Amino acid sequence: MDLLNWLAEPMLYGFMTRALIVTVAAALVCSILSCWLILMGWSLMGDAVSHAVLPGVALAYILGLPFSIGAFVFGAGAVALIGVVRSTTKLKSDTVIGVVFTALFAAGLAIISKTPSQTDLGHILFGNVLGVTDGEFRQVLVLGAITLAALLFKRHDLTLYAFDRTHAHALGINTKWLSTLLLGLLALTVVVALQAVGIILVVAMLITPGATAFLLTRRFPVMLGAAAGISVLTAVIGIYASYYWDMSTGASVVLAQSGVFVLAYLLAPRSGMLSQWRIRRAAGRRTTEVRTAA
Amino acid sequence: MKTPTRMDKARTPVAVDPPAITIDTLTVRYGDVLALQSVDMILQQGRICGLIGVNGSGKSTLFKSIMGLVTPSSGTVKLFGNSPRFSRKNNLLTYVPQSEDVDWTFPVSVHDVVMMGRYGHLGPMRRPHAEDRDAVEYALDRVGLTELAGRQIGELSGGQRKRAFVARGIAQQAKLMLLDEPFAGVDRTSEATMTGLLQQLRGEGKTILISTHDLAGIPKFCDEALLLHQRVLAHGNPEDVLTTDNLARAFGEGAGSGPA
Repeated sequence: MDLLNWLAEPMLYGFMTRALIVTVAAALVCSILSCWLILMGWSLMGDAVSHAVLPGVALAYILGLPFSIGAFVFGAGAVALIGVVRSTTKLKSDTVIGVVFTALFAAGLAIISKTPSQTDLGHILFGNVLGVTDGEFRQVLVLGAITLAALLFKRHDLTLYAFDRTHAHALGINTKWLSTLLLGLLALTVVVALQAVGIILVVAMLITPGATAFLLTRRFPVMLGAAAGISVLTAVIGIYASYYWDMSTGASVVLAQSGVFVLAYLLAPRSGMLSQWRIRRAAGRRTTEVRTAA
Repeated sequence: MKTPTRMDKARTPVAVDPPAITIDTLTVRYGDVLALQSVDMILQQGRICGLIGVNGSGKSTLFKSIMGLVTPSSGTVKLFGNSPRFSRKNNLLTYVPQSEDVDWTFPVSVHDVVMMGRYGHLGPMRRPHAEDRDAVEYALDRVGLTELAGRQIGELSGGQRKRAFVARGIAQQAKLMLLDEPFAGVDRTSEATMTGLLQQLRGEGKTILISTHDLAGIPKFCDEALLLHQRVLAHGNPEDVLTTDNLARAFGEGAGSGPA
């Protein structure tokens, strides 16, 4: 009964219930997307898009628009800009990404520093999940649902594209459209998640769950399920940790995800350090036996 | 779009199968680099053609041109008398990638990979039906990987990996198979299994274009050979193509002495 009370107490507050729903929704969408991002080597793209939305959010607040519109425009704009610079120079991808997203991030900081009364930089950078308004709450749920539905509807094509884009092309699948779709969904996901954890820690939610699930399985559907399960669980843990220990919600969620990653790193069935050590020890014993026999 | 070539009008009989590949004065440039220069090539259906050339000779560009992945500076590619796009849309074309282009840690099973060959036959959500499962079973059986269908793709040996990708093309029911260096890093036994398989597929009417470094193997299973070095240096019977003179021209001095 004590445990039930412990679990129920935060939910007596409307803002805590809302925070929980927003965080779980954001974590869920991020975790599904993260599976493809890490397999395609696009983790840095997640980093770039999340930072690049800052000027969009700042401008949206100044102009009185929903933050999601500003964030999406700049997130998608950053992706387009990266694409243009990459295809018109001989610079490597990570260089172009680094140049573009830091420029946009700095532009966002500059805008906010000139309009200090309108926006709270801390809320954008680190999230403000306890202060979610009704409008923001609806935005997060609707955009999250759209993103999740699109990802799951196209999941087989996205996996084929991630695995072998040449063959996807040979099958008559429009691969340019697929990569545009995935980047658009990435921008949407960042919009959904920045409310919960802020634009800096979105990156963790876009990489860590997929990375953890990758260590645990060799089946893509299982990977999707594991990533989703881990991030929903860690979102809940994060919310409770932030309530009872008065910690930043974003930090709590990301720390919980990192904790699960460490567990997977150490204990995963085949690729974990413990099983690797067992395999090595077993192999060592076998060679010793052979030597003794000889 | 392009001006009609003489061949379009000259070939009147409709009943005759068009060649699997018809390439007409194809030139491809990457910036200042000339990758292919005025390449002409006809590959009839139901034949195996070995594509030979040093690294950088344009083999990959030729594959990409056939798949429609590069825009030529000039010239045309036709597959089965139609555009490459038509072949892609109608599941006529399959590609077996080089080993280094594949992420072998990717969390897909052998069965998953072969099922990917069916995607062009499936609806937008790619939900397989009984006939697709049957096609995958059949393809796995043809390449002898039924027992290993549940394995993660990277858990196969070099030769088995290649056969999994060929199975993908069989499940796809593609008529033209492009194989990029399928024998690299594959032992002799597996290579023999693969060439036997390719010959069976040829017997069923498939057309196969295969790039390889194994010069000695070519006369054994290829109907023709094409020697590429930006231009087509020679194309015809393997015996006529793989002469010391030709190989010296393709591989430079001292390289025509035999298989790598």
